[in-house]
Amino acid sequence: MSECVIPTLTSNEVVASKSVLPAGWKPDLTDLKALDLTLPMLELLRRSTSRLPQDVIDALVKGRDAEEEGSRAFNTLNDMVRNIILADGHVTPLCQDTGTIIVWVRHPYGLSQRAAKQQVRAAVAEATKRSWLRPNCVEALSGKNTGTNMDPFHEGHPAVHFEEWDKPEVQIAVMQKGGGCENVGAQYRLPDAALGAGRDIKGVRKCIIDAVVKAQGQGCSPGILGVAIGGDRVTSYEKSKELILRKLGTSNPDPKMDAFEKEITNDLNTLGIGPMGYGGNTTVLGVMAEEMYRHPASFYVSISYMCWSSRRGSITLKTNGEVSFD
Amino acid sequence: MIRLTTPITEDQIRQLKVGDEVLLNGRVVLSRDMGHKYMKEQKPEWLKPILENMVIYHCGPVVKKHEDGHYSFVAAGPTTSIREEPYQADVIETYKVRGVIGKGGMGKKTSEGLQKTGAVYLHATGGAGSLLAERCKRVVDVKMLEEFGSPEAFWIIEVEDFPLVVTMDSHGGSLHEIVAQQSQERAKALMA
Repeated sequence: MSECVIPTLTSNEVVASKSVLPAGWKPDLTDLKALDLTLPMLELLRRSTSRLPQDVIDALVKGRDAEEEGSRAFNTLNDMVRNIILADGHVTPLCQDTGTIIVWVRHPYGLSQRAAKQQVRAAVAEATKRSWLRPNCVEALSGKNTGTNMDPFHEGHPAVHFEEWDKPEVQIAVMQKGGGCENVGAQYRLPDAALGAGRDIKGVRKCIIDAVVKAQGQGCSPGILGVAIGGDRVTSYEKSKELILRKLGTSNPDPKMDAFEKEITNDLNTLGIGPMGYGGNTTVLGVMAEEMYRHPASFYVSISYMCWSSRRGSITLKTNGEVSFD
Repeated sequence: MIRLTTPITEDQIRQLKVGDEVLLNGRVVLSRDMGHKYMKEQKPEWLKPILENMVIYHCGPVVKKHEDGHYSFVAAGPTTSIREEPYQADVIETYKVRGVIGKGGMGKKTSEGLQKTGAVYLHATGGAGSLLAERCKRVVDVKMLEEFGSPEAFWIIEVEDFPLVVTMDSHGGSLHEIVAQQSQERAKALMA
């Protein structure tokens, strides 16, 4: 049980050979009105649901190797690596909770957001039909499952964000965020008397420690935290989620925040919660923090907790017809 | 490593202690939020022979329906158990359930239920949906599929060498409580 499992994934060539995109498919961005995002979106979901980003795998392996061999924490991280290999090999969901589907579409001027939203929805419905996604969209009060991952009012789920940008290319990013980790997210309003947390970086730090201790193993630790400082209740939470799209091991462009991220990550890993809350040295894989602007009277700290199975990815369609995944 | 096969006797359960690693075999019944609310509020008789001396698994699987009509599990890891805290102890007592599989652990009320009836809480690795689905060998039956939808239905399955850790035993022990306490103390020191 305790040998180190080496996370060897299938090659990019094999992944490409299973693509739902026709061989040699090239997007034509000269006519954005005719561009159909359904298949690129479907292919993105096929990958995100079954194949964990390399930076997340590296962080899990690094965590495992820092645990005592044969310990519960070590074995659990090893099982996580085994699971990553299996899901990738079978092209099946890494986790049965394929999450809330959150999508960011970035596009040049001229793309119809209404049409793009319908295409994203069609892809999510098709991925659900193919058992790549679990039907995770239920009516709030009755709990009735629509079975398709669609809410019938064309909003809500999947959550699709749009941004018009200066680049000529179209990019779709996706995050599959499980319910367990979503439930342990938290929003604080500073000052917080109970925590003794004031309106400064020390106060922010206390909020983060408090949220992680409250979460224990319930968000499927080791987790990845997105921390937004400032904003209003909505923009703050939204930013905290978007931050989780950043790759682990990359630096925060703000040197002060970068130092803060590294320090708080080390502190959190001394809490002893460990993988799945079994105890151990690997409680978080990383923290991504960003400072925003705020109303003078409000000071929110919003923390989104992502489980170890941080399923995210993007597809970029370029003007020369190139398609790239990240 | 302890091998257990369902149905399980109270005597077998009383021997298990926090920290024991278990490989479970035999029949297991899936149930989560809607199922637990239904079991506590309506106490359906028809579930009694299905659940007596059996193990409940908190899981909403991704299921594939094959062309000939049979089902198989594609991804089937545990869901967060604490949501069933208001119901679990009653369900264990009403149906004489011997084990509950989930993740994250459960609270005081459930712990008391485990002690009273003679049952344990078994922790599975959250997120290991692919790995655990491989150990779910056969879907025997499914109940309330229409009413609850696929993630919430009572799936009755057979598992083989399903890897688990006893994190709450029938003597009041809880690994979750120990880890929570230690981490709270450490947090206090970090915030000082």
